[in-house]
Amino acid sequence: MTGRTLFDKIWDSHVVAMLEDGAALLHIDRHLLHDLSGSRGLRDLAAKGYALRNPELTFATVDHAVSSAPGRDAVTNPAGAPLIETLRRETAARGIRFFDLGEDGNGIVHVIGPELGLSLPGMTIVCGDSHTCTQGALGAIAFGIGASELLHVLATQTLVQRKPKRMRIRFEGKPAAGITPKDMILALIGRLGTAAGGGYAVEYAGSAIRALDMEGRMTICNLSIELGAKIGMIAPDETTFHYLAGRPFAPRGAGWEPALAAWRRLPGDDDAAFDAEAAIDVAAIAPQVSWGTSPQDVVAIDGRIPDPAAEPDAARRAAMAAALDYMGLRPGAPLAGTPIDRVFIGSCTNSRIGDLRAAAAIARRGRVAPRVTAWVVPGSERVKREAEAEGLDRVFRAAGFEWREPGCSMCLAANGERVAPGQRCVSTSNRNFVGRQGPGARTHLASPATAAASALAGRIADPRRIAG
Amino acid sequence: MEPFTTLTGIAAPLLRPNIDTDIIIRIERLIGGDPKSLGPYAFESWRYRPDGSEDPDFVLNREPFRRARILIAGENFGCGSSREGAVWALQGFGILCIIAPSFGDIFFNNCFQNGVLPIRLERPTIERLVASLAGDPARPVSVDLRQSLILAPLNERLSFAVDPGRRAALLQGLDEIGRTLRHDQAIAAFQARDRAERPWVYAAETRSEA
Ligand code: SF4
Repeated sequence: MTGRTLFDKIWDSHVVAMLEDGAALLHIDRHLLHDLSGSRGLRDLAAKGYALRNPELTFATVDHAVSSAPGRDAVTNPAGAPLIETLRRETAARGIRFFDLGEDGNGIVHVIGPELGLSLPGMTIVCGDSHTCTQGALGAIAFGIGASELLHVLATQTLVQRKPKRMRIRFEGKPAAGITPKDMILALIGRLGTAAGGGYAVEYAGSAIRALDMEGRMTICNLSIELGAKIGMIAPDETTFHYLAGRPFAPRGAGWEPALAAWRRLPGDDDAAFDAEAAIDVAAIAPQVSWGTSPQDVVAIDGRIPDPAAEPDAARRAAMAAALDYMGLRPGAPLAGTPIDRVFIGSCTNSRIGDLRAAAAIARRGRVAPRVTAWVVPGSERVKREAEAEGLDRVFRAAGFEWREPGCSMCLAANGERVAPGQRCVSTSNRNFVGRQGPGARTHLASPATAAASALAGRIADPRRIAG
Repeated sequence: MEPFTTLTGIAAPLLRPNIDTDIIIRIERLIGGDPKSLGPYAFESWRYRPDGSEDPDFVLNREPFRRARILIAGENFGCGSSREGAVWALQGFGILCIIAPSFGDIFFNNCFQNGVLPIRLERPTIERLVASLAGDPARPVSVDLRQSLILAPLNERLSFAVDPGRRAALLQGLDEIGRTLRHDQAIAAFQARDRAERPWVYAAETRSEA
C-alpha cells in the first residue's frame, strides 16, 4: 500500500460510514459559530425541530456584524444587534460555550480557534465562513460550509462529503528582507489563479513553510479559498506543538503526551502521492499589491498595472478592463504612488499580534498622511490585550491610526463600517471583490507592512523604502 | 426541497470568469433578510445604477434574459464566500440551473442543498452552446436530469456528468439531514470509540477557564 498524505490520514480517521454513492459521512470535531451564520443556524434548528447533537463540540463568538468602534457594545451597530441577541440566547439555552463581546476569548472566529486551542491538529473543523481554511495551519481539515451544511452539523455532528483531490504546493527558498507570508501567498495566487485549487485539498510544504511561525502559516492557509481550495493545511511540527502548549482549551497535564504522540503521526508518509503539485521560489517574491477585483490580480509593488490589450483570452480581457474601470486605474501606470483614502489593518488574514507588531514597526517612523483614515482592528480580545500590554495601541494612536475593538469590521463591511463609493483603501484582508468593502469601494490587498507604509505615505507605498 | 427533474427555459450568458458570491448577493441583504425574498437583490451591483434604476446593459435586465431559468457562466462561478444566500438569490430570480466550466467548491455544494443544479461543461462546449443561442436567444433550452442531457437549440444534445447520489437526491427532493439521521447509531458508535482514542477532542469544556 502506498503512503498516505496528511489529508488522507485525517480524512480516513473521520469516516463514520461510507454512503451508497461513494460519499463519506464524516465526523466533525469542531463546529464554530459566529453571529452571522451561526445565529441563523440555531434559529433554523429550532424551527425544523432538530436537536443539537453535540453542544460540547460547538463553540460560538461574535465578530461579523458587531461595530469595531472604541467602546462599542452589541447595539452600536443596530442591524447586527438581533443576531448577537439570538446567539446569546440560543447558546445559553443549548449549553454552547459562547465568547461574548469584551470577554477573554472573543474575536474573529478563525483567530480564536487556534489561539484558544479549540482547534487542534488532526481535527475536522467547520464554520459557516469560507476562511475556516485558516485553521488548517494547525494540521487539521478545516473548511467553510453554507447554511444547509451548518444545520446538518448542528443536528448530526457529521457532514456528507466527497473526497477532494490532493495538491501539494511547495514554498522553497528564503524570502528577501521585508517579505511577509501575505506576499508569499498573494504571489502564488497571482501565478496560479483563483480557480487553481478548485476540487482540491491543498497542503503547503517546503522549507519556507517550515521556517514560518504559526501566525504566518495561518495567513498562508487563510487565502486557500482565494486559490479556489476550500481546504488548505500544513503538517504539524515542533512549531505547532510549541504554539499549542498551554493554550486554554488544548490538552494539558497527563492529557498532553497522548495527544502529542497522536499529532506526531499526522504528517504524510514519504511515499504519499498527490494528484497535483506546484512549487514557488520565495526568494524571487517582492511585496505584492492587488490592482483589480480578484485576488489573482496582483503585481509586485514596484510593478506596473497590466494592460488588458496584451491579454489573449477574450473573457479574461473583458474582466480585466471591467476591473480597471471599477478600480479607476490606468493600464501601464505604476501602482506605487497611487493616492489612497483609507487603510484597514485587520481581518482573519492579518490581525494577529505579529501582524500588528509589523505594522507598528512602520507606524513608529512617521504619521498617517492628512487625507488618509487608517484603522487598526485587532483580531481578538486576546490580541488586543497583548498589543496594549506592549504599548502598540499607543504607537498606532500617536501616529494617527485609529485603534479599534476586535471583529471583522471593514473586511466584509457587514457591520456597516464601509469604504465610501470611489474611495481607495489599502487593506490587509483577503478579498478585493467589487463592493466587498462597501458599494463602489476600491480595495488593494497587501501585507500589514505595506498597508502601514501606505498610510504614512498617503499613497500605495513600498514598506522596504520606509524601513531602515 | 423541491425535486429537480427537468427544466425548460431561457438561458442567459454571463461569461465573465470568477464571479464571486459577494457580487451575486451583497452581505447586507443577508442580515435579517428572508431567504425567499432575495431575488430582487441578485447581482444588484450590476443590475442597478447608483440611482436605483436598472442598467439596461446588464444581461439579466434585457429581454428575453429577464426570464432566464438557466445561467451560462464563466470559469470559477460562485467563488469566494460560503454564503448560501447566493443560491437563494439566484433561485429567487428564477435561475435553477447554472452551466459553467468550473465552480467555487462551497457554492457547488450549496446548490445541491437547495435543489439547484450546477453543471460542469468544458469551455469549448459552453462556447458552442452560447453560439447556438446567439441567433435566437428566446429559444428555450431544456435540461433533463433524469437522462443527464441538455437539449440545446438546433437539436444539439449535450450530456453532462453528475454525482449519482446527488442526482438521486435532486430528483427526489430529498433532505440530507433526514437521510443522515438514519445513521445515528453509527455516529454514536464512532463517538464512543473516538472518545477513548482522542479524549482531548471531547474534553475541551472541562478545561475551559478561558
Ligand atoms: S475577517 Fe473577513 S474573511 Fe475573516 S471571518 Fe471575518 S468577514 Fe470572514
